[in-house]
Amino acid sequence: MKDDRTTDTPVLRLSGITKTFPGVIALSKVELALYPGQVTALVGENGAGKSTLVKILTGIYQPDEGRIEVDGTETRFPTATAAQDAGVTAIHQETVLFDELTVAENIFLGHAPRGRFGLIDWSVMKAQATEILTRIGAKLDPMKPLRDLGIASKHLVAIARALSVEARVVVMDEPTASLSQAEIEELYDLVDRLKADGKAILFISHKFDEIFRIADRYTVFRDGEMVDAGMIDDVTEDALVEKMVGRSMDAIFPQRHSTPGEEILRVSGYSHPTEFADINFGLRQGEILGFYGLVGAGRSEFMQALFGVTKPSKGAVKLDGKVAVIRSPAEAIAKGIVYVPEDRGKQGAITAMPIFQNVTLPSLSQTSNKGFVKMADEFALARKYTERLDLRAASLDQNVGNLSGGNQQKVVIAKWLATKPKVIILDEPTKGIDVGSKAAVHEFMAELAAEGLSVIMVSSEIPEILGMSDRVIVMRDGRIAAEYERDELTPEKLVRAAAGYQESAA
Amino acid sequence: MTQFIKSREAILLAALIALILLVETRFSGFAAPGNLARVFNDTSILIILALGQTLVILTRCIDLSQASNLALTGMVTAMLNAAMPGIPVIALISIAVLLGILMGAFNGILVWKLDIPPIVVTLGTLTIYRGIIFLVSGGEWVNSHEMSASYKAFPRAEFLSLPVMAWICIATIAAFAILVTRTPLGRAFYAVGGNPGASVYTGIDVGRTRFMAFTIAGGLAGLCGYLWVARYAVAYTDVAGGFELDIVAACVIGGISIAGGLGTVTGAVLGALFLGTIKNALPVAGVSPFWQMAISGAAIIIAVAFNRRREPGRVILKEVAQ
Repeated sequence: MKDDRTTDTPVLRLSGITKTFPGVIALSKVELALYPGQVTALVGENGAGKSTLVKILTGIYQPDEGRIEVDGTETRFPTATAAQDAGVTAIHQETVLFDELTVAENIFLGHAPRGRFGLIDWSVMKAQATEILTRIGAKLDPMKPLRDLGIASKHLVAIARALSVEARVVVMDEPTASLSQAEIEELYDLVDRLKADGKAILFISHKFDEIFRIADRYTVFRDGEMVDAGMIDDVTEDALVEKMVGRSMDAIFPQRHSTPGEEILRVSGYSHPTEFADINFGLRQGEILGFYGLVGAGRSEFMQALFGVTKPSKGAVKLDGKVAVIRSPAEAIAKGIVYVPEDRGKQGAITAMPIFQNVTLPSLSQTSNKGFVKMADEFALARKYTERLDLRAASLDQNVGNLSGGNQQKVVIAKWLATKPKVIILDEPTKGIDVGSKAAVHEFMAELAAEGLSVIMVSSEIPEILGMSDRVIVMRDGRIAAEYERDELTPEKLVRAAAGYQESAA
Repeated sequence: MTQFIKSREAILLAALIALILLVETRFSGFAAPGNLARVFNDTSILIILALGQTLVILTRCIDLSQASNLALTGMVTAMLNAAMPGIPVIALISIAVLLGILMGAFNGILVWKLDIPPIVVTLGTLTIYRGIIFLVSGGEWVNSHEMSASYKAFPRAEFLSLPVMAWICIATIAAFAILVTRTPLGRAFYAVGGNPGASVYTGIDVGRTRFMAFTIAGGLAGLCGYLWVARYAVAYTDVAGGFELDIVAACVIGGISIAGGLGTVTGAVLGALFLGTIKNALPVAGVSPFWQMAISGAAIIIAVAFNRRREPGRVILKEVAQ
């Protein structure tokens, strides 16, 4: 069935592309070809050079060497506009849109239809916006301000924007990273429509299920080099992972033999006026408790309240059998509850600060004497926990901003372990990180639980929930929808509980 | 040591020395120790205020009300002194500091509890505090002959061949060096400015930390209110008008990042000294006041261009990175 839309001439071909930054080769002689009506999946670990390639494709970076051909003719993209004029458009990881403008303005920003005196012709713009939105099956009011839309709808606007410039090549950089399962399905439909329209699509993703679901071809990058490329039908998931990491991955999740101990945390009747209601559960020592649900089910909101960032309207927490009042994160930390937030860029490390100061930040009472910080103690504490995490850094004096993403993550985790917590809440601990780092995080989580630390893991990835949890709580619309022990877990049950389908209705 | 040589503070120190030597070629005797001490003393108030402002800027805020705070506390101490010459100077200084703390805390509360952007809050209080001077003084001046001798003499009194005002400045610098590097609060200023979101999850109260920065900055402005009025022996509504911009400029020249979380006490002191030296040297070198303003302005822009935060390049290829 593929033959009817496969052609041998790529719309866009990159060959021998090399890009260096001071002291670093980001891309080394990479090849990439994109064919009309086909989805090419670009896979590779974080730091493999995918983002650099996207920036070259969209005219943000200039390659040092190599050819860019559009329809077989060599060309250059000296500016982002030049790339757009050639029909290359990108939908980014974090959607680049303007909250205060309307949907129509977002779609046509920079190329709005002009009327008399060169002013924007609103009626034409509105009509064209409606037409494009209908074409992608999005029921959105073009005059609505973007800030009123959810993330999924914003993605649709970004896609509509891509189509409004007569795109021939659409680059999608992890488009499903922040979408729920239902929204992802809609995106797949859309990709199918774009294919039928004859667009060439470059699809960057970490999720193998979706690569095998929608891609026709694949290209693998590793450490700035192109390792392999071919038809998706000729490759298996295992083979792809192996090419990506350069080694075979037998066990993705660590083997655990958990024997949870006494109940350490008991939450009863936790409620919030708008975000969640009636949350009751217990957590035992050494247990990993998974929290599954669709995006927006209230999981993070509940965790933030448990950690004291926001205030619940009612409910009680018992720690070690004693009532604990948590009114601020400082109180939560003092009582042994820590929270590693999902958005590590905004809420994780302080990049302009040295490593040791990042680590000791919540533990300064441990490292100070009569109100004065003792630097020697700080270094000792920081060294103890960073060594344990195998942090690779020239010195603990180094600013965190100079470390790689994975090492920054280790600094954040070291920071929390240094507070000697009893309960650690991990919110989407592996979101957006590569396969190799993921395995390391899972390994580490298992180790912590084995040492008696209780872990609450909020995750939207079913394999992670299935692979790591002793018990799973599923949240839906701010309430607990179901609870499963490890041995009764199935992906189907999780999805049903999260989406609210009855067994019989399925 | 090698780290210091590469730091922006070292560049600024070199620029300051170059500036002093340059002025020396035009105006012999400028670089003499006695004269440099005089320049330092003249810059003391700017240094103290810049240190207060540094804390505020570190937390990603800004305080535009410092000069108005200074003028109001200066006026209040001058009026108290004129009305009741019996009040000892130390009591007046305490009143000045307390009044300054109160005004700083007011800024801080608005930023913390009402979540109003700091530039708006302090733009408002800049005008309010300045307006209150007119209300309390009725627009009248307090002149030198109305002030007691001890009131005027204290900042000028010499101790170990430096005026008391210079010593107060040195003590403030020392206290700040300890506050900023050796206390949990000092660390919190950097954390809050460096990454407010992360600070929340680290158990740092962002609002309270900002409140503390404003309060300390206010207290120092109050202290400077007394110092300024006593030193120049006159108090009127427009004392130190526009000086808030000099303070911010000193911080910016000193490499305190307006984006927050980045800057040192040494930087703030050097930035203030650099600006102070320009303001002291240009008049004696016969540069016209208009050129003085242009040169000060150029210094600010050049300093910011130098201090631009450079993002480290990403390391992607493993072999090259090692």
